[in-house]
Amino acid sequence: MDYTATQSGFRQQPSMRLRNSPGDGPDGSQLFEDTSRAGPGPQAGYRNQQAGPQTAGFPGQTLLSEPMSNLAMAYGSSLASQGREMVDKNLDRFIPISKLKYYFAVDTVYVGKKLGLLVFPYMHENWEVSYQQDTPVAPRFDVNAPDLYIPTMGFITYILVAGLALGTQSRFSPELLGVQASSALVWLIMEVLVVLLSLYLVTVNTDLTTIDLLAFAGYKYVGMIVGLVAGLLFGKPAYYLSLLWCCAAIFIFMIRTMRLKLLSEAAAEGKLVRGARNQLRMYLTMAIAAAQPIFMYWLTFHLVR
Amino acid sequence: MAFTLYSLIQTAILCTNAIAVLHEERFLSKIGWGVDQGVGGFGDDPGIKAQILNLIRSVRTVMRVFHTLLLHFGLAFIK
Repeated sequence: MDYTATQSGFRQQPSMRLRNSPGDGPDGSQLFEDTSRAGPGPQAGYRNQQAGPQTAGFPGQTLLSEPMSNLAMAYGSSLASQGREMVDKNLDRFIPISKLKYYFAVDTVYVGKKLGLLVFPYMHENWEVSYQQDTPVAPRFDVNAPDLYIPTMGFITYILVAGLALGTQSRFSPELLGVQASSALVWLIMEVLVVLLSLYLVTVNTDLTTIDLLAFAGYKYVGMIVGLVAGLLFGKPAYYLSLLWCCAAIFIFMIRTMRLKLLSEAAAEGKLVRGARNQLRMYLTMAIAAAQPIFMYWLTFHLVR
Repeated sequence: MAFTLYSLIQTAILCTNAIAVLHEERFLSKIGWGVDQGVGGFGDDPGIKAQILNLIRSVRTVMRVFHTLLLHFGLAFIK
């Protein structure tokens, strides 16, 4: 596989460097953690590069080689590492950083495939997310997994394109960018909250987390950007056409993705399952998917004149 | 529509307050949403009405705790 080849290639270089410079600087000059034993290769190489110039610079400054300053530096670096540990621990309590890292583990191939899927979901066959021992696989390895990279970039690009659109109509001022940004963010948060509330009311047993819902709600920005750019380049008919296409695409995309997560096994495969609960869940899926085109139109129509 | 984050916070607070002040005796029992009429269906299908009633009751409880905490300790801080 490609990944293991590059990883072993990385690890070979820093071990050669370790052999070449056996005398590292004293412990006080290490401002970074020693992750060369357990961690990946590039960090060890970085540390060696750091230790090198520092040991070369010390003999020239006798003031700094006194034992008191060594002690002070050791104390300072231990304080810094303790402080950093405390900040990490406390921050992890509020914002689950390790979980967020999973959603940003993407690569170019995944982003390309996902963007294509958002605009043309009609040929894709298998919509299931593959699992690896109970945890979902990272987005890098599975095109069906939700990620946060595309929604974040889409949001920022949407604000920039909105500023561009306002500028071409000479309605632009820097405060308007902030207004657009906060307005779109508020609609996003409200949509996620309403979906969460409706999931609670219908008592669906699903493994959709809040961040998953945020990711799915953020996928509509791609369609909005396509519509806006088409409207800027070719005028209003092009805007309506491309928006119609993207709305239909997002509708199908959301239905096919949410169907697997919300409905029971039998209903998800297309068989008609009777029962009030399944009907309710179907309505919920339809409502979530139908809300996307409405938001897409609402957030863009005032920008294209 | 120019919504700001501050207006979202205001909306959230006003909606929570509106749910919390629905009076049990004077109003909810009259329309059949009292606390004794909801929690009957145990099992794996509570239904939407039971969920809504649970939600209203829990919002009211949380606001009561929050309100007494704020009242007693907030006054101490101000002094």
